[in-house]
Amino acid sequence: MEKLKKITSNHLFLPLFALCLLLVFNAFATPGFFTIEFQNGQLFGRIIDILNRASILVILSMGMTFVIATGGIDISQGSVIAISGAVCCYLIGGNGDGTANMPLPVACLVAVLVCAVCGVWNGFLVSKLKIQPMVATLILMTAGRGIAMLITEGQNITVYYKPFTYIGGSLPGSPLPTTIYIAAIMVLFVVFIQKKTSVGLFVQAVGINSNAARRTGLKVSAIIFMVYVFSGVCAGIAGLMESSMIAAADPNNAGLNMEMDAILSVALGGTLLSGGKFYVGGSIIGAITIQTMTTTLYALGVSSEQLPVYKALVVILICLLQSEKFKNILEKRAVEKAVKQG
Amino acid sequence: MKLKKFLASILSLAMVLSLAACGGDSGEDAASGDGADGGEQSITLGFAQVGSESEWRTANTDNIKASAEEAGITLQFSDAQQKQENQIKAIRSFIASDVDVISFCPIVETGWDTVLQEAKDAGIPVVLVDRGVTADPSLYVTHIFADALKEGGNAFNWIDEYMTSEGKTPRAGGDQFQVAILEGTVGSSVAADRLQGFLDAMDASENSAKYNVLCSQTGEYTRAKGMEVMESFLKSDGDKIDILFSCNGDMALGAIQAIEAAGLKPGEDIVIVSIDAAKGEFNAMIEGKMNCAVEHTPNFGPTLMETAKKIVAGEEVPATIELEEGIYPADIAEQELPNRTY
Repeated sequence: MEKLKKITSNHLFLPLFALCLLLVFNAFATPGFFTIEFQNGQLFGRIIDILNRASILVILSMGMTFVIATGGIDISQGSVIAISGAVCCYLIGGNGDGTANMPLPVACLVAVLVCAVCGVWNGFLVSKLKIQPMVATLILMTAGRGIAMLITEGQNITVYYKPFTYIGGSLPGSPLPTTIYIAAIMVLFVVFIQKKTSVGLFVQAVGINSNAARRTGLKVSAIIFMVYVFSGVCAGIAGLMESSMIAAADPNNAGLNMEMDAILSVALGGTLLSGGKFYVGGSIIGAITIQTMTTTLYALGVSSEQLPVYKALVVILICLLQSEKFKNILEKRAVEKAVKQG
Repeated sequence: MKLKKFLASILSLAMVLSLAACGGDSGEDAASGDGADGGEQSITLGFAQVGSESEWRTANTDNIKASAEEAGITLQFSDAQQKQENQIKAIRSFIASDVDVISFCPIVETGWDTVLQEAKDAGIPVVLVDRGVTADPSLYVTHIFADALKEGGNAFNWIDEYMTSEGKTPRAGGDQFQVAILEGTVGSSVAADRLQGFLDAMDASENSAKYNVLCSQTGEYTRAKGMEVMESFLKSDGDKIDILFSCNGDMALGAIQAIEAAGLKPGEDIVIVSIDAAKGEFNAMIEGKMNCAVEHTPNFGPTLMETAKKIVAGEEVPATIELEEGIYPADIAEQELPNRTY
C-alpha cells in the first residue's frame, strides 16, 4: 500500500496513466495498432508514426517547459517554425534538378541561428524591456509568418534536393526516422543540463519568486533571456523537421497552432502555467499523448467535422484526471458515501 | 467626475484620430486610382482582391492586372489582406472615385448588403468573382465563378473512365474499388462542394456499385496534414486503397510522400486525382506519381474584362457566368506545364 501510494504520488504518474489509458483503449479499438513491420529496411507501424510526429512536439514542448517554468509563455513558436523552414528551403533552393545551392548542414545551421535570433528578440523584450511575455511573443507570432513569406517571396518553396528529406524522413539504412534520433538527442541534452548543472534549479527559483531569486544573487534577467533563446532554438529544430517531412517550406501553414499544442503538452505534463516547479519528463509524455490522441482519432475514422470535439473531450478528461480539486471532490464523495453506509 | 471627463476626452480624441485615419486611407486609395478621369472613353474597373495568401491568388492577381492592361481598362486595384473591412473600405473608395464597374472577390459570404446597396445607389454595377455572397442578387449584376461541385464531379468521372479504359482491377480482389478521400478544411464552402460533387457524381454514375469510399478525413488543405492522414489511411487499409481523391493539390503532394514511404507506388498502386492543377501537381504527374489534376482556374481576368465592357456598353449579361475549366491527365502534363501560371 505504501509502495502504491509512492507510485501514484509521483508527478509522472498521472501523465503516464493517461497515455497508458489511450494505448489500452487502442489495443482493443484499433486492430493492428501495435503491429510493427519491417518494410524496405524500415520499421513501419502506427507506433512509429506516433513517435515520428510527436518528436516535433516533444522538442517544442521542452523549450516551452523552461519558458513556462519562469512564469512566461512563448506563443511565437509556431511562427518561428515557419521561419526556420523558410530560411532552410530558401538557402537550399527549389532547384528542379535536385541540386542544392548551399550545403545542407550550413543551411540547417543558419536556419537554427535565425531562430535563435528570434529567441533573442523575445528574450530581450521580456527580460530587458519587461514586456509581458504573452504580448512580447505575440509580436513575433503575428510578424513571423510575414517574415517567412518575405523570405520565400510568398511562394511555397519545394525542395528537390534528396538529402534534405533525411531530416524528417530517415537516413538510408536507418530503420527509424531521423526525427526520433533528433528528439532523443535533445532529451538527453536537457536531462544532462538538469542533472549536471543548476540551471533547472535557477529557472525554478525565478518562476517561484523572481524578486527573491534576484536578492539571492541570481542573474534573473539573464536566465529569462536564455530560456527564450532555447525556446527559439527548439522551434528552429522543429521547423527543420517539419519542412523536411513535406520537402517544402509552407510559410502559411507550417507549425500552425503548434505553440498551443506545446502549451497543452506542458500542462498535461503537470507543470503549472503560473511557473515554478516544472517537469520536462511530463511535458514529453504530454506531447506523445497528444499525438497518440490524433493518430487514434484518425485510426478510428472519426469524421472530420467531429474531430475537434473528440480531441476536446479527451483533453478535458485528462485535465480532470490531473486536477487536485477534482480528486478531492471525488474522495470527499467516497467518504460521505462510506459514512452513510457505515 | 474627474475620471469621467478624462475618459470622455480620451475617447473623443480616439474617435477623431480614427476618423482622420479613415480619411487618410480613402484619400490614398483614391489617389492611387490616377487616370480615373483621364481618358474619357476608357473604362475604369475597381477590383478588391482578397490578399496574396497563396500562389493561386498571386497568379489570379497577375492575370487580372495583365488582362486589364490588354483590354485597355484602367484598373484600380486594392489588396484587402484577407480582411472584410478592408474590402468594404476599398469598395467605398471605388464608389467615391466613381469608377465604371466595381468587382471583388468576397472574403466571406455575409455582411455585404449595405455596401452593395451604396454601390447600387451610386449607379455603379458590381461584378462578383470566385466566391458568392448571401446578399440579394438584385444588388449585383453578375457573378463569375468556377463550380466547385462540377470540379468534384469531373474528378470522379475522369477516375471512372480511367479505371475502365486501363482495365484496372481492385488490388485487394473483389469487384469494388476502394476510395480514400482527403477533404478540405472543415467549414469552407468550396471544400464541402468539391467533396459533394465527387460523391454526387459517384452516386449518379452507372458504375457506382464499383466504388466504395473506404476512408475520408480532412487534411486541412496542407501538405503536412495530408501526409499525416494518408499515413494513417495506409496503416489501416494500405493493401486495399485503389484510388485517392484529394480536394486540393497540396494534400495530394503530402499523400504521395506517405504512399512512397509505405513502399507503394503512387500513380500505379494508388490512382491519385486532385483539384487545383498547380505546378507542384504537374511536376508530380510528369514523374508519374499522380494521374490527373482537375483545374480550379485563377485565370478569369479576360472574362471579367469582357463582362465589364459589356456592362458599360449597356449589353445584357447573364446573372451568373461559369468558367470553363480544364482536366489535365498525366500524359499531357509535360506539354501543359509551361502554360501554367500558378
